[in-house]
Amino acid sequence: MKKSVFLGTLAATTLFAGIAAAQSTLETVKARGELNCGVNTGLVGFAAPDANGNWQGFDVAVCKAVAAAVLGDASKVVYIPTTSADRFEQLTSGKIDFLVRNSTWTYSRDNDLKMDFVGVNYYDGQGFMVRKDLGVSSAKELDGATVCIQTGTTTELNLADYFKANNMTYTAVPVETNAEGEQQYIAGACDAYTTDASGLAATRAAFADPENHIILPEIISKEPLGPAVRHGDNQWGDIIRWTLNALIAAEEYGVTSANIDELATSSQNPEVQRLLGSSDDLGAMMGLDKEWAKRAIKASGNYGEIFEATIGSATPIGLARGLNAQWTQGGLLYAPPFR
Amino acid sequence: MSNSSAFVRTEMLPPMAPPVSQAGAVKWLRENLFSGPLNTILTLLGVGAVALLFWEFAPWFWRSVWNANSLTECRQIIEERYGAGATGACWAVIKERWPQYLFGFYPSHLYWRPVLAFALMCVAVAPVLYPQLPKKMMWFTLIYPAIGFWLLWGGSIWVPVVALAGLPIGYLAARIILPIGGAILATIAAIVVPVVWWLFLALPVELALEAMIPASIEQVRSREFGGFVLAFTIGFTAIAFSLPLGILLALGRQSDMFIVNKLSVGFIEFIRGVPLITLLFTASLLLNYFLPPGTDFDIILRVIIMVTLFAAAYIAEVIRGGLAALPKGQYEAAASLGLDYWKATRLIIMPQALKISIPGIVSTFIGLFKDTTLVVFVGLLDPLKGITDAVRASTDWKGVYWEPYIFVGTIFFFICFGMSRYSMYLERKLKTDHR
Amino acid sequence: MAVITDEPKAGFRLSMLIYDTRYRSITIQFVVLLLVMAGAAWLIDNLLRNLAALGRGVDFSFLSARAGYDINQTLVEYTNDSTHARAWLIGLLNTLLIAFLGCIAATVLGVIAGVLRLSNNWVVGRLMTVYVEIFRNIPLLLWILMIYAIFTEVLPAPNAFRGEDATSTMSLFGTTAFTNRYTAIPWVIFDNSLGWLNLGFIQISIDFTLVVAAIVGGFFLNRALIARANRIQEATGDRPATWWQSLLALFGPIIAVFVLLGGHFEVPELRGFNFTGGLQVSNSLVALWLALTLYTGAFIAEIVRGGINAISRGQTEAAYALGLRPNRTMNLVILPQALRVIIPPLISQYLNLTKNSSLAIAVGYMDVRGTLGGITLNQTGRGLEAMLLLMLTYLCVSLTISAVMNVYNRSVKLKER
Repeated sequence: MKKSVFLGTLAATTLFAGIAAAQSTLETVKARGELNCGVNTGLVGFAAPDANGNWQGFDVAVCKAVAAAVLGDASKVVYIPTTSADRFEQLTSGKIDFLVRNSTWTYSRDNDLKMDFVGVNYYDGQGFMVRKDLGVSSAKELDGATVCIQTGTTTELNLADYFKANNMTYTAVPVETNAEGEQQYIAGACDAYTTDASGLAATRAAFADPENHIILPEIISKEPLGPAVRHGDNQWGDIIRWTLNALIAAEEYGVTSANIDELATSSQNPEVQRLLGSSDDLGAMMGLDKEWAKRAIKASGNYGEIFEATIGSATPIGLARGLNAQWTQGGLLYAPPFR
Repeated sequence: MSNSSAFVRTEMLPPMAPPVSQAGAVKWLRENLFSGPLNTILTLLGVGAVALLFWEFAPWFWRSVWNANSLTECRQIIEERYGAGATGACWAVIKERWPQYLFGFYPSHLYWRPVLAFALMCVAVAPVLYPQLPKKMMWFTLIYPAIGFWLLWGGSIWVPVVALAGLPIGYLAARIILPIGGAILATIAAIVVPVVWWLFLALPVELALEAMIPASIEQVRSREFGGFVLAFTIGFTAIAFSLPLGILLALGRQSDMFIVNKLSVGFIEFIRGVPLITLLFTASLLLNYFLPPGTDFDIILRVIIMVTLFAAAYIAEVIRGGLAALPKGQYEAAASLGLDYWKATRLIIMPQALKISIPGIVSTFIGLFKDTTLVVFVGLLDPLKGITDAVRASTDWKGVYWEPYIFVGTIFFFICFGMSRYSMYLERKLKTDHR
Repeated sequence: MAVITDEPKAGFRLSMLIYDTRYRSITIQFVVLLLVMAGAAWLIDNLLRNLAALGRGVDFSFLSARAGYDINQTLVEYTNDSTHARAWLIGLLNTLLIAFLGCIAATVLGVIAGVLRLSNNWVVGRLMTVYVEIFRNIPLLLWILMIYAIFTEVLPAPNAFRGEDATSTMSLFGTTAFTNRYTAIPWVIFDNSLGWLNLGFIQISIDFTLVVAAIVGGFFLNRALIARANRIQEATGDRPATWWQSLLALFGPIIAVFVLLGGHFEVPELRGFNFTGGLQVSNSLVALWLALTLYTGAFIAEIVRGGINAISRGQTEAAYALGLRPNRTMNLVILPQALRVIIPPLISQYLNLTKNSSLAIAVGYMDVRGTLGGITLNQTGRGLEAMLLLMLTYLCVSLTISAVMNVYNRSVKLKER
């Protein structure tokens, strides 16, 4: 990596062609010693650099967990900001190892774009935010409204479908980034701002006067957000999928970053033993070592801990668990068994 | 004879002061501002517009706040000082974030490196811009790209050294082959040997040297580039590399050889026919499809490649203009001296054509430098929108619009204005007709 | 005495390919062609290998698929059920619209500013210099963002026009509303509308076609009248009064069409969230148009100034000697000659403006880059195909503009015989 910056151009690529093409993603990542993780350019709570340039957020935690599982060090991640326009190209062209950028799992993305979504880390849905003084209490009352919307996302299609289904009209104000959408919305250049409900909550939380804005009750789409990998490298896909599952399972079994070392030795639950590598060596099946899941969980805690630390009710974003609770709590999180 | 004479003046009248309307300020005013109804109206309109602008914006500038930690605090200070509802400029955002505007996320303890690189760059371009300076300085200009690269990106010093070594190696190869194989073979060797060196030998040699004498400074990644460092890096690299390419393309377009001519024309017209932004998207989305599988080099280099190609097409047109402006006699004189094509081009045609083209090249560069702001659309942190958006993303400075734009715009203005002044100075210097 | 020997009659040798100037150029061209073809083959081979590795091919069938998204400014019929190809067309029309408006306004502004910059009036000359320098030396993107931000931040939202205690009122005698979304202006509607003319892929309003035809017809009628007056003047020395005929020719047809079709103006009205009725010109269009106009106008002003300066001083003096006044000198003597110098760089400014309109992305104006190269690309993920089509589109537009302008250039060129 060190030398590739400059000589990569000079040596016009022949040197690299042989190396990288032959290897699986796992081998490439291990050889490189770093994980290239594609994240959002900046969405507070999900992935955003802080003042010191350290990346924080819900999606970022997944990157860290995978880096911990694969490389043994959660800090060995290179965060590559991707825009909604170039995220899939970045993945398919191999510039990132996997993408976790609040991207919706859809049929055509999974099939036509030659990617594999390996799971869901956040169940979201598209909503609307309006000013309170507009006197609107339902999205059905938005006929004729001007709506700010981020281009290049599934929200655009959902919006068109929703207004059509309800026989309403609207004018779209396309914006490139969340920040621009905010600016337009606050200035009153649009009546409503629509994006994923989680994004709306995060945006609203950052307003100077959050109490003057409401998020309408209608959720007009299903937006399962999840990490995606390139189609065809099943081993790598499995690693991401099961790292995510490990985080979810850890919450279900009460494994936290605080008690994980203790549970690894003392737990009598066979599922926990298998998960943490105290009994069977599940990691070898994926080309990893025994304690991969343990490291992944230790990186930033189990799913619940990550949620609470980044987007949960104690944070400025203040999202409730809702659909993202464990299946035992009435949510949709349901990790397949580790055996 | 009685003299009924009328009075005859015997001495000259002393000159009188001109009438008030024909002298001093009044005359100037009458001639320059109020020489007719139309002019009077235009003058009044102009003065009115300036007054209006001043009236609107002066208070805003006057009520500037330089010390605050957030926009809210800024607004509070202004309201305290000037009463409720007063608006003013909040330059505190610039004061707090100016390193980001200049350097992006470049590590702060390494700021001296881009600064040094910039200073050295000024030294490197000086002999090009001011021919009075000693010609020896050109050698520094020649090796500057390697120095600049090393300072900006860091890493082992052997990388630029080994890369640069390709040039003397090519020269040596040509010198060795010349007595044995003749001029043609020597030329081929001068091209092939360095290419072989860069492709196959450079990396092992570099690694060996690094192992023997480790000499490296801290590495900085392209992702950390931003702000004006990014703008300068892209702008200057692109212009430097596009010059030779542009010269070749211009010669190709002038050439009698059918295929060479058509290829050059096709390339130039294609590049000039599409917006830079589509080329940038190509760099960010598509370039990887056209390289061997698994090749990976970072976005800045990809952008530089595309911007270089873009600039080369424009430079080619500028130089073609310079070539066309040369009198035919120059070509004929060169031919009559028995010079072959390359010798004539190198010794007679190009020096003159380039001299004529410098103003055009400078304005191409101004355009290119301004266009570096477009890299924001492929996710790089340009000073205008990329950094400003990053600043606005922080809760402290949410909602600050005008100040960053004014700040960045002013810097761009001074740089571009300076360059255009230089180009006008050259034009005056090169102008030989008398009017 | 020297013996004259025949030049050795050598047959063709291989080395002649290099050393014989007759053949050398062929050799060089052959080598260049070979290299270029090898390079192209290398690129295409890489492309195919990459695509094969990803398991996808080059496929343009997405163009006929349903687009599914809405576009906020459609010059011809479009709904979200239309195809991606149609969205491409909509975007292209929007690009052409902004380019057309921008070129006209920039030319007008540029010529005025260029002439004024040379004027003797000190204030105006300096002001124009300041204008030109400021706009030429600051990136266009900044102007676009700034002007759009001014619209968004300074103008009132439509809500401000509502109710008893409205903070804003409609301007221009209550007919026009400047809001931070759009400018709502009155617009013509025809009571006896003739409907639409279906041309297959686009529909054209017969009413507006008639209006345009009336305007153009009136214009040509007027030209014919003036030509006739000129002929009579040259033949007899008397010029018939044409002003009332001209007025009738220019405005008669259009008024007739207007009355026949029952046209009247509809004033926009605040209903629901937004103004309805009339025509809403979106701020993204106006901001982009203003920014492109001001920016390109500054360059055109410099070109015009350079063109005027290029005309020899003797021409002005000769015109003065003939007794022409300064503005007639400018109009009749200087500008027509300067035009020849001005047009070639003007063409490239038009091309620049058209290409720069792709910055529409910054203000959410849906030009061809926004539809085909933006939403379509993102929704279908066909980056390669969409980008190729996009480049091809711009290339065609650029080549068309330069072809048309070159025809014009040839027509004003000094005819040398």
